[in-house]
Amino acid sequence: MSDTYPNDLLYTEDHEWARQEGNLVTVGISQFAVEQLGDVTQVDLPREGEVLKAHDAFGSVESVKAVSDLFAPVAGKVVKVNTTLRDSPEYVNEEPYDGGWMIQIEVANPDDLKKLMDSTVYETFLKENED
Amino acid sequence: MDTPSNAPAKKTPLFGEHQGLGAKIIDFGGWLMPVNYPAGILEEHKATRTAVGVFDVCHMGEIHFRGKRAGEAVQRLVTNNVAGMVDGRAMYAVACHESGGIVDDLIVYRVARDHFLIVVNASNIDKDYLHFVANVGSWCELTNESDATALIAFQGPKAASALAGLTTAALDSLQSFHFLPNQRVAGLPAWIARTGYTGEDGFEIFTPVEHAVAMWQALLGAASPLGGKPVGLGARDTLRLEGRLSLYGNDLSDTTTPLEAGLSWVVKLDAGDFIGKAALLHQREAGLARKLAGFVMRERGIPRHGYPIKDAKSGTVLGEVTSGSVGPTLGKNIGMGYVPAAYAEPGTRLVIDCRGKPALAEVVKGPFYRRTGA
Repeated sequence: MSDTYPNDLLYTEDHEWARQEGNLVTVGISQFAVEQLGDVTQVDLPREGEVLKAHDAFGSVESVKAVSDLFAPVAGKVVKVNTTLRDSPEYVNEEPYDGGWMIQIEVANPDDLKKLMDSTVYETFLKENED
Repeated sequence: MDTPSNAPAKKTPLFGEHQGLGAKIIDFGGWLMPVNYPAGILEEHKATRTAVGVFDVCHMGEIHFRGKRAGEAVQRLVTNNVAGMVDGRAMYAVACHESGGIVDDLIVYRVARDHFLIVVNASNIDKDYLHFVANVGSWCELTNESDATALIAFQGPKAASALAGLTTAALDSLQSFHFLPNQRVAGLPAWIARTGYTGEDGFEIFTPVEHAVAMWQALLGAASPLGGKPVGLGARDTLRLEGRLSLYGNDLSDTTTPLEAGLSWVVKLDAGDFIGKAALLHQREAGLARKLAGFVMRERGIPRHGYPIKDAKSGTVLGEVTSGSVGPTLGKNIGMGYVPAAYAEPGTRLVIDCRGKPALAEVVKGPFYRRTGA
């Protein structure tokens, strides 16, 4: 299952993932979220420089059949945005952990990361919440 | 959906097939139906536009009218001209309340002078049957044969050639909105109708419920080598919306009339007498206050059911989106909604409030997608 939920990432209950590199955290949505949504047709992301609190809605992802908010796993400033997704939202389906990344946040409070789940806990969380 | 939430969800005879194909299943109006298969909505949509889509529509209702006064009974119930039908003819129509509001949209099939079939929406079967019985129940024999009848839609530019391999029925001479009863498809008893809900050429195939699985497998087997795929409700919705075909419960309801919904072409006010005729005559004379407009997004945004429609200049709320989606074949986002009649003119600019983000849209005439040659 490590391919489905890479073990170097942290996860939220809203199915975002977070990859920490120093004081930067890259954010996207998990394979589970992608499967729930189906074909992603539009991704709306914030501008660089926007300051987010943890759990703030920072954007939305739309599939053919539904629209979902995206929530910040940690507080901080948005320092990079994956603008490629504006015209190529399909990267979210095809490479949710690579080309489908969404934003990079400069972490305000490193303790926020401790509240996230590792891949093992996340997989257990998914099993417990099946249907 | 107007199904009691405490009622257990129903399954079509093809439920096990969908599970076996790995479909994502949802509760749709009290029915457990495939929303998409592993290929996904966009691939299923494309397969239907370019090859063949195979759809489980067993949940739809089949109500038969038999007896000398069957035709008269059907005419009393529907807005279109039943007297003009011949055996083997199918006709789109709506049934109205006395108020002119729509009970359901449906297809009438004339099997014989004394035998008609009406196919109705799944979520309306009980409502329709009660409405039919209450109004014409003493005129002829009415039977709800929905549970005994399986229905599979076989739609797309390659549907005719794929189906030809399974039947000796005269498909070449079977025109749009005609049907052939008492045929065989893959050796199974079938009625073959050249009807559908996708904007493509194609068929809807009726078979007794005990043959549903064998028929489904035979049709999928014929479609697959041509690039055909099983198609779920997700793509069924994007396909019908591109064809600007209305969905009951979204674009049509008990409180909207066929004239408002742009269905005046199925309302024959100079033909038979039908329930709701007086109200529709009155509405036609008084003029329409609102109309169902179709629009294409001119700015980024996917319109969805329930989003407010606003005046592009003043921001005044005019109505709401009744259906909206991406249009995969068009590469544009599209929708429909009721607006004051003056705003329904092609070229009118509207603003769709997409979750707080205003996005410009433009009213357009006719189907968003039209197949070549149609």
